[in-house]
Amino acid sequence: MSERRRVEIDINGETYGAEVEPRLLLSDFIRHEAGLTGTHVGCEHGVCGACTVQVDGDPVRSCLMFAVQAQGREVRTVEGMTDGLSEGELHPLQQAFHEKHGLQCGFCTPGFLMSLEPLMLDERDLTDQEIREALAGNLCRCTGYQNIVESVKLARERLRSGAESPAERE
Amino acid sequence: MKPPVFDYHDPATVEEALDLLAVHGDDGKVLAGGQSLVPLLNFRLAHPEHLIDVNNIGELSGIKRDGGRLRIGALTRQSMLERSALVADNWPLLTEALSFVAHAQIRNRGTVGGSVAHADPAAELPVAFLASDADFIVKSKRGERRISAVDFFVTHLTTTMEPDELMVAIDVPAPPEGAGYAFTEFARRHGDFALGGAAVLLAAEGRTCTSAAVGLLAAAPTPLRAAGAEEALVGSELSQDGAEAAAKRAVEQIDPTGDIHGSSEYRKGLIEVMVRRAIEKAAGRLDGDGLGFSRNGGGGR
Repeated sequence: MSERRRVEIDINGETYGAEVEPRLLLSDFIRHEAGLTGTHVGCEHGVCGACTVQVDGDPVRSCLMFAVQAQGREVRTVEGMTDGLSEGELHPLQQAFHEKHGLQCGFCTPGFLMSLEPLMLDERDLTDQEIREALAGNLCRCTGYQNIVESVKLARERLRSGAESPAERE
Repeated sequence: MKPPVFDYHDPATVEEALDLLAVHGDDGKVLAGGQSLVPLLNFRLAHPEHLIDVNNIGELSGIKRDGGRLRIGALTRQSMLERSALVADNWPLLTEALSFVAHAQIRNRGTVGGSVAHADPAAELPVAFLASDADFIVKSKRGERRISAVDFFVTHLTTTMEPDELMVAIDVPAPPEGAGYAFTEFARRHGDFALGGAAVLLAAEGRTCTSAAVGLLAAAPTPLRAAGAEEALVGSELSQDGAEAAAKRAVEQIDPTGDIHGSSEYRKGLIEVMVRRAIEKAAGRLDGDGLGFSRNGGGGR
């Protein structure tokens, strides 16, 4: 039988510890052990992208990793995006999704945000095609993607022009 | 949709991994990036008793030039290979192949050796390595073996690796001086499994082709070298007609498996077009291309 293991996993700068079976998926650890339900679980075989989180800064599928493999790594989930912001304030990418209608039902949104956040730091000019390739690993059945592309462009524009934070604008 | 129970091992060194494989190889699986294995586990299509997780073995990861050859540690992430300037400058066929591999989130985790050992005939890296005359270095307690790509793939998801063997590195020779390269692929959506594709490396003196490697994607139960196409190219003048003739030869002997996404006949036709385009594109990229291939963009027909 598979022995349970003690893991301590760093998620958004906090340590979550638990005794887990090695077969526990990281996605299930995040939701059921850490109680961070912002990470959504769709297909559980790496196709839909809903469960995307960042491990050591890189977007990965949390349904294709075991929790025991995240020991000693830095995991970031959608909840981490507003760390350090004031109550009610959104990350610039989230704010842009809100303004540009980059979501409808919202189920896929956390995965999109985790996949696309690294683009906020990409200093190159990106074509629509490049943005579309960056989001090709996430499925959205509501928006048709056009408004997600618009959201990414708006957020990048604001961040690159060093525009005021959304809270200050209001 | 949850993986079955297994015993989990996470060795820190190759030696420890080989000890574990010697004992558990028959009813165990090596877990590298997990981007193919974990879906199989989640679907319960695979139920190994033991998983030997090699992700903590630092010595298995890395890209370096060794003499004129490229040595890629088996655990090197696909995204690392994709971003390597050394590879883009000297082994651009690999970089181009990687642009078709799944999605960024998968490449961040998926490993180069894992893709090879998984041996999916519709996967890009195995075909690119086959066309590059690469060798795969595998190790067990019994010693180290170097298996050429031509001898490695047996059938769908099956290789000549023994259950106690671990892939440690991929060794790729330098392409011929001034070679032209191209990787082409058609999939329903970018990142999906390929319905067909080709990897081509060409060298020429003047207009005459001096060497040709043509690899076929999703054409057979294994990645395939198209010997007929290579024969047709070598020694002949590179031309549109030549590319067309070689592409015809490439699909003469193949009988791809048809399914809901495309009949066998459709796939055969598709692969022929992919080969022709890859030859035209590769010819257009030859050093000192005086052949006019690059001007018409490698043929958009």
